[in-house]
Amino acid sequence: MSLITLIPLFPLLGFLINGIGFRKVPNSLVGIIGSAAALASFACALSLFLNFSGTPQLVHVFDWITVGKLNIAMSFQIDQLSLLMLLIITGVGSLIHIYSIGYMHHDEGFGKFFAFLNLFLFFMLLLVMGSNYVVMFIGWEGVGLCSYLLIGFWNKNVNYGAAARKAFIMNRIGDLGFLLGIFLIIAHFGSVEYADVFGKVAEGGYLSGDKTLVAITLLLFVGAMGKSAQIPLYTWLPDAMAGPTPVSALIHAATMVTAGIYMIIRSNIMYSLAPETLEVVAWVGLATAVFAASIGLFQNDIKKVLAYSTVSQLGYMFMGLGVMAYSSSFFHVMTHAFFKALLFLGAGSVIHAMSDEQDIRSMGGLRKKLPITFITFLIATIAISGIPPFAGFFSKDEILAHVYEHNKLMWAFGLLGSIMTSFYMFRLLFLTFFGEFRGTKEQEHHLHESPLTMTAPLMVLAVLSAIAGFFNLPHIFGGHAGLAEFMAPLFAHSHVETAEVSESTEIMLMVISVVAALASAIVAYVIYVSKKAVPAADGAESGLQKVIYNKYYIDELYDAVFVKPISALSTFFHDVIDFLGIDLIVESIGKLVKTLSAEARLLQNGTTGFYLFAMVLSIVALLAWGLQGFFF
Amino acid sequence: MMPILSILIFLPLIFALVIAVLPQHYTTYFKWITLGVTGVELVLCSYLYFSFDKTALSYQFQEQLDWITLPLGALGVGSIDYLLGIDGISLPMVLLAGIVMFVGAISSFEIKDKQRGYFGLYLLLTGSVIGCFVALDMFLFYLFFEFMLLPMYFLIGIWGGPRKEYASIKFFIYTLVGSLFILLVMIGLYLSVIDPVETAVQMGLIMDKSQVTPELITQIQQLLAEGKILPEQLVHTFDLRFMADAANFVGDSWLHKAAEVAMGDFSIRAIAFLLLIAGFAIKLPAIPVHTWLPDAHVEAPTPVSVVLAGILLKIGGYGFLRIAYPIFPEQATHYASLIACIGAVSIVYGAYNALAMKDLKKMIAYSSVSHMGFVMLGVASITSQGVNGAVYQMFSHGILSAMLFLLVGVLYSRTHDRQIDSYQGLASKMPVYTGFVALTFFASLGLPAFSGFIGEFFTLAGAFNTPLLPKWITVLGAFGIVLGAGYFLWTLQRMFFGNFWSKYELSLLPDLNVREKIMLFPLAILAIAFGIFPQLLLDVTNETVSQFLTLFV
Repeated sequence: MSLITLIPLFPLLGFLINGIGFRKVPNSLVGIIGSAAALASFACALSLFLNFSGTPQLVHVFDWITVGKLNIAMSFQIDQLSLLMLLIITGVGSLIHIYSIGYMHHDEGFGKFFAFLNLFLFFMLLLVMGSNYVVMFIGWEGVGLCSYLLIGFWNKNVNYGAAARKAFIMNRIGDLGFLLGIFLIIAHFGSVEYADVFGKVAEGGYLSGDKTLVAITLLLFVGAMGKSAQIPLYTWLPDAMAGPTPVSALIHAATMVTAGIYMIIRSNIMYSLAPETLEVVAWVGLATAVFAASIGLFQNDIKKVLAYSTVSQLGYMFMGLGVMAYSSSFFHVMTHAFFKALLFLGAGSVIHAMSDEQDIRSMGGLRKKLPITFITFLIATIAISGIPPFAGFFSKDEILAHVYEHNKLMWAFGLLGSIMTSFYMFRLLFLTFFGEFRGTKEQEHHLHESPLTMTAPLMVLAVLSAIAGFFNLPHIFGGHAGLAEFMAPLFAHSHVETAEVSESTEIMLMVISVVAALASAIVAYVIYVSKKAVPAADGAESGLQKVIYNKYYIDELYDAVFVKPISALSTFFHDVIDFLGIDLIVESIGKLVKTLSAEARLLQNGTTGFYLFAMVLSIVALLAWGLQGFFF
Repeated sequence: MMPILSILIFLPLIFALVIAVLPQHYTTYFKWITLGVTGVELVLCSYLYFSFDKTALSYQFQEQLDWITLPLGALGVGSIDYLLGIDGISLPMVLLAGIVMFVGAISSFEIKDKQRGYFGLYLLLTGSVIGCFVALDMFLFYLFFEFMLLPMYFLIGIWGGPRKEYASIKFFIYTLVGSLFILLVMIGLYLSVIDPVETAVQMGLIMDKSQVTPELITQIQQLLAEGKILPEQLVHTFDLRFMADAANFVGDSWLHKAAEVAMGDFSIRAIAFLLLIAGFAIKLPAIPVHTWLPDAHVEAPTPVSVVLAGILLKIGGYGFLRIAYPIFPEQATHYASLIACIGAVSIVYGAYNALAMKDLKKMIAYSSVSHMGFVMLGVASITSQGVNGAVYQMFSHGILSAMLFLLVGVLYSRTHDRQIDSYQGLASKMPVYTGFVALTFFASLGLPAFSGFIGEFFTLAGAFNTPLLPKWITVLGAFGIVLGAGYFLWTLQRMFFGNFWSKYELSLLPDLNVREKIMLFPLAILAIAFGIFPQLLLDVTNETVSQFLTLFV
């Protein structure tokens, strides 16, 4: 068996052992098995990466489906894109598994948790390794399932269960688009294999703006909107924070939610020929980036802030895709995976120390008690805010530079979003780690730095968040854009118009965004450290702040516009159409027959005289009928 | 060679008789007899599956006996054959019948009163259901089709819940109206179609049926087309194989393709086709003739629900593929949009209704309406993907709905209450049960790696990719997958999540017992196996379906 097939197999085995052996495998072993599965996959992926020759490799696992002329193989494709995704998934995944040993230790569902986490890895690996859209779709739905199971992991809490359901159903709406996109691909290309489909696009002489390609790409993008939480399908992600924090870090920040970006980069050859779709992608991304960032400004739940930040950062990635800066977007996927996973794990460490408190209004001054968490959290904050030389600066600036070339207005909004990003992240940092402790005495007494299983992953991720920018160091800093160069073959057949940004413009843009980010960090410092402001209690907000704190009432809006009418319609269908309509008709027919037969029964009354009378009458009638031609 | 199909039909019938005549003190053995018989049936069905030749184009395991031959003077000669055989469309159904009837037999162990009647009828039902799927003579098919009604009527009407009379009579009348439609068309077909082989014998061209050659059949058909055969020599037939060949229609018969008989704007062939569709749609059931199903399910005892959803509904879809479509291919193409539309509306409408249900069993009954809509949509597409998908969906739904109704039965047998609001947070008290429910729900809502996905994916793909249908129909149908997630997950949340609460004492709610696990576990394995290795079934159906599609060019 090749190394490639082993990669998804390890987590699958881990799932089976921990799942079937739930409550039988001792807890001390559960974490080791789960983490070992992830690490083993990482080792395989790393070895593949190091020995990668540059040409894509196909591994046929088995013939999966043959229907008529359509063949769908269970097969894997290893190329630049899947390799990088593999490294991120298994790498960050392993760290989060290790972290979970410490974080989930006291949970009664410890074994179940690791089983689900391994299952998630399996499906996520399937998603990025599959060599056709159907295998991608299986992974896609599979990670959705795991996301559901893990968001609702503590489903004794009804709200958590509801959050899980919301996530799954919203994703299903997106999947509907994905599914129709696949159908259209089957109809048009007769195959779902990437190699066949992209080959046909490359040689088919398609004009830019080809209607079929636009339709396909738009439908696929609907899928991406669901999975990657873009407007209008983003509201599930903040709610998904109901899951245990490692889950938020792994699934809802670093890996699963970037599946949409993966899908578009995978299909870049089609997207590049569909400028209309790209425009939609870019604007949806931008709108999401700014909108979500603005909600993040006033949230008081440590994980909610990070959730909106994730939505917003995903928006940036889509904006990058929309302007065909594919490798820059991917660069951001990678750096974001590091610093956002770090932020979530850091938040987890804080929550762990605070005895499950998540409200930052009750925190403060934690930097002395949680020094490792603080320093790593600080590094991640700087990274996400786009302050050099940490990772986020390079990746975000690359996207913004391309956006600037595409559309200056878009860039301006993008910049606005990044100013907000810097503000809410520093606000979070200051309120959590600076100032005086605002929690209860009990919480203060209990404060402690997390164990090594938790802090070690933090440190590794902190290093990566600090240096990842150098993986793709731009030319102006003397780098050679290694990542972009590595990924270049993926875009060989796409007609990417690489409008090179001039060096002076690039430097100007960088300076502007760094100054802006620093300025808003300073504002946050003045407000939350110097003036020691603490956000108002719930319900005390007013005006615009209240609207934003309540997330622009989008959930309420969806409830009123979609959920309630659907529920009303379902009652209407059953109570009125089924019950009063169809059943009433059916029953009246029954009653009619009954009544008629009751009447007809009276004809047979047993009186000979009546029968004779009837007979005579009938004969007359028959004669009249027979003789009508004679008379008329 | 063993007449294996006949054994499949008559073994349960014989044992039904045995149960009927055994003395009273053997009552405790009735369930074991039933279990044994259905077990043998399952083994035989599996044997059929494993020895089926997947590449053969004709019917396999054929058995033929002249049953009734009547010279009718100027009306020609009437011939009804005892004709059995299976192909890639009926084999999955026969296999499914084997599985479902066996599981239903285990589930029937909970029936305590009037056991003689119950198990006798159950075996009667088993025989006639299988007969339906293996009959190749329409008369024989119809016989089994009608025969099925009798045990079903009593099984609901005697062992059912509080409104059993209402439910059973509703079921009976609905289905009877459906069979009336089918009967009309069957008579019309009989008068229009001849058996070229028997006709040749009648004409004295050959002495014995074994001497027949393809050229001779062509010659007879040629003579028939020219009207050169005397009416007395025409041998009319119910043989479905001959009905599917337009050349066997008597030239001046009503149902001949060139017949100009019409009622209003509809040609007589169109009416015949639509009557068949209506007849089978009632069985499926499709909107708007579905309202018997929720009532029948709610009142039926668990094993009867399992059989009803698991196998009886499939006869509707099977009837489309075996009878209506091959005999009237041009009408099928013409009315594709109508049929697909009914399918798509059934999907969505059924799902909406499921969403509104407060009774768990009724919710699942409506989910059946929704899932069978996919079958109709797939069949209507007349594409390889759609038709294969439809057969797959029927098989998969058979397994999954059996599981769903067994799972409802688990709660019902404990508390006699199926209201969703009566329970909350069951996950913490009945973890194994919850695990099975969650698995079945996810399988039913079409999650990949479960059998439901394959069926839904290919029925939708087929419908989307056929030029016969406008795209919006499929898009409408595809909304079913979102709504499906909606009602299943909502139910999961209402009954299983949160803190435990129930109208009933916890002691009434123990987790699954061994018998329940024995029923559910193999079904779960099947749902997963057929999800991961769809070729297990597609290999069987592929050839037959491509053969089937050649009728439509």
